[in-house]
Amino acid sequence: MGLVLLIVIWLITFGSTYFFIAKTWWLPTGASAAAAGIDHHFATTYLLMGIVFVAAQVALGYFAWRYRDHGSSPPAKYSHGHNGLEIIWTVLTFILFVGLNLMSSSIWASERFRPAGPGATQVEVTGMQFAWYFRYPGTDGKFGATKPELIDPSAGGEAALGLDTTDPSSKDDIVTGTMYAPVGREVEVILRAQDVIHSFFVPAMRFKQDAVPGLAIHMHFTPIATGDYEIACAELCGLGHYKMHGMLKVVSQEEFDKWLAAREAEKQ
Amino acid sequence: MATREFAAHESHAHAAPQGFLRKWVFSLDHKVIGLQYYFLALTAVFVGMFLSLLMRIHLIWPNVSLPLFGDIKPETYLSLLTMHGTIMVFFVLTTAPQGGFGNYFLPIQIGAADMAFPVLNMLSFWITLVGYIVMLAAFFVVGGAPLHGWTGYPPLSALPSAGPGEGLGADLWVISIALFCIGALMSALNFITTTLDMRVKGMSMMRLPLTCWAWFITAILGLLAFGVLFSAGILLLLDRNVGTSFFVPLVTVNGQLTGHKGGSPLLWQHLFWFFGHPEVYIAILPAMGLCSQLVSVFSRKPIFGYKAMVYAMLSIGLLGFMVWGHHMFMSGMSPYSAFAFSIMTMAIGVPSAIKTFNWLGTLWGGRIRFASPMLFAIGFVSLFVSGGISGPFLAQPTLDIPLHDTYFVTGHFHLIMGVASIFGIFAATYYWFPKMFGRMMDESLARWHFWFTFVGTYAIFMPMHYLGMAGHPRRYSQLTELNYLHELMPLQKFITYAAFVTIAGQFIFLFNLFWSMKAGKKASDNPWEATTLEWTTATPPPHDNFGGHTPVVYNGPYEYSVPGAPQDYVMQTDPTIVAAH
Repeated sequence: MGLVLLIVIWLITFGSTYFFIAKTWWLPTGASAAAAGIDHHFATTYLLMGIVFVAAQVALGYFAWRYRDHGSSPPAKYSHGHNGLEIIWTVLTFILFVGLNLMSSSIWASERFRPAGPGATQVEVTGMQFAWYFRYPGTDGKFGATKPELIDPSAGGEAALGLDTTDPSSKDDIVTGTMYAPVGREVEVILRAQDVIHSFFVPAMRFKQDAVPGLAIHMHFTPIATGDYEIACAELCGLGHYKMHGMLKVVSQEEFDKWLAAREAEKQ
Repeated sequence: MATREFAAHESHAHAAPQGFLRKWVFSLDHKVIGLQYYFLALTAVFVGMFLSLLMRIHLIWPNVSLPLFGDIKPETYLSLLTMHGTIMVFFVLTTAPQGGFGNYFLPIQIGAADMAFPVLNMLSFWITLVGYIVMLAAFFVVGGAPLHGWTGYPPLSALPSAGPGEGLGADLWVISIALFCIGALMSALNFITTTLDMRVKGMSMMRLPLTCWAWFITAILGLLAFGVLFSAGILLLLDRNVGTSFFVPLVTVNGQLTGHKGGSPLLWQHLFWFFGHPEVYIAILPAMGLCSQLVSVFSRKPIFGYKAMVYAMLSIGLLGFMVWGHHMFMSGMSPYSAFAFSIMTMAIGVPSAIKTFNWLGTLWGGRIRFASPMLFAIGFVSLFVSGGISGPFLAQPTLDIPLHDTYFVTGHFHLIMGVASIFGIFAATYYWFPKMFGRMMDESLARWHFWFTFVGTYAIFMPMHYLGMAGHPRRYSQLTELNYLHELMPLQKFITYAAFVTIAGQFIFLFNLFWSMKAGKKASDNPWEATTLEWTTATPPPHDNFGGHTPVVYNGPYEYSVPGAPQDYVMQTDPTIVAAH
């Protein structure tokens, strides 16, 4: 029985470790400025935790086989433990865990403590059951007012956000169902939700943040490669949660300007 | 001190009831109440497992219609998910280890005739049972069971218009949880008082079996956590039915104003997780205590570092109340507090690691007997390591950005809080069955059950980590909408097939349990040659546990292979060899 346990535990351990090492399934290719740092720290954590995982499982399997009672085994050691060992592994795990944490804290700080820079493209992202809407402030750089009583999701677009068209600064606001962003420039997202909590999740941008009704949450990320990136909802928001998706199109600055100008022209 | 405890213990002994109702239904006997809790959890675990089976089928065959059940719509899937989580967490993981085995064996292991408050004990069970029935009733009301997940985040959980199941079904869900909290609070008081006041002469705190320490600490966590959840539940009920706005700001659902304004959705999350994180430890601490016990018994060796184990459990309990914010890194909570919660969470990994080292230290140099309880205990250690190792990923807010609310989290908490705890329940069942029913469970069926479950659960939950890394969000009823999920379908299929096999394996257990009650081999009083007090009394124990005599304790609970002793274990009640410990 000890031998079977050893074999099974080792097989499970090495089998699952294989898929981690081979990266058969891995984080999607990163396309934001923060991705490299996050992925690097992810890999570091993987390596260190992987060593602990394999060491503990291998020891468990080995001990089960080595110290099995096979009739002629010597009596078990009468020992209540060893204080020195307790202190050693307490200190080591403390250093490992807290050290890992401190290593990643600068990434967290640059993602979340620092506000977006002054040159960032502003996009207001609004989640509702079950769609994402994106609003750009237009040439005046100001978002127009919205009013809850004007909200009409069935009409889509501006009406879905309840945009107050009598407000002068709303005149040039652009509302879309697909998010556009210029490459290489910081995007400041202002996250809102109309009904329940949603979560704005763009895997390739290593970006995730809940959109909470009643709050306007300011966040930022910088896309570094052009392309189409899927947006998902990561917080359970109701029966259509699984189909609440959107698309982020990262394009060159010229294309972005052209796109924005075309939307403005359509609006006039 | 010891004499006072002794007197308290005597005054609580009561005569054995005769009628069926008083003996088996409205029983005051902690052993009967323990069994009632156990069988409640047993029905709940099969219901919960069946719900997960339907979910797994729907995920890979979204359009299949099931016989007797019909179509699984997206909202049905979410109801299954909500009820699976709620039933498993409350009525299985909180109920069986503490209410079931704790109730049955805490008094016996400390030498008491019953719990401190037998009537309160009976009430706790009956309130829990009513809570369970109310929970199940949610399936059968108009709109069906709620779809807001076991965490019930408002505004989704607070607004009947937010989805099917958010009407009466959601009210029943909240009421059921509130009832459960009342039962759990009463039970916690009972466990704490019993442990502190009813220990027999010689049973100092540092001679308590680690199982008793675990139940004691779990009860303290329960006392502090369930009160908060109860209050949160009441506030949610008021938001839902009276028009208050504790958790709901000004929102529109499908363009309609709801009449709420000014509430905070994050307030619920703080209250819920202030309960919710300690709850994780409520589920797993009893399993930790039990596995410490079993690893020592079946290695025929004293537990490695008894005091370190006690201090580790105490610090897990204490730190467990300071880490709730790690569920909220992406919630909109201040990023500065995320930093603090993260450090505390990493720190809680330290006592968890100490426990693992000590289990390995106990095996080392032992003389291991592979009876079925030991197989499950070793399985527990393996699962605890595997489920625990993903904790330091999720504890770092930086890594939580890609991983939060993905299958990585689902894999993590199922391995550690779900499967590891359930291995504790299985181990306890195989270990204490002879004492409870006077017969042995069939050993070869038990082994088959172990292999099915051990390999099967790994096959289910390990791949979930891969899904999560690839960005697969949790709680998606279908993979059809997001393009990048399509290529993950083969993994989802593998998981469902593994679930079929694993679930089939559980029927081996069910059969063995009931068959052995009737036809198992007769058990001796101490079939595992263990040292703690439950093995000194008759099998099954008499109504007052020790048949009119009160044991006196001379030794620690883990005196195995003591040099010079006539056999390789020394009972706690054995006065002839007083070990150094």
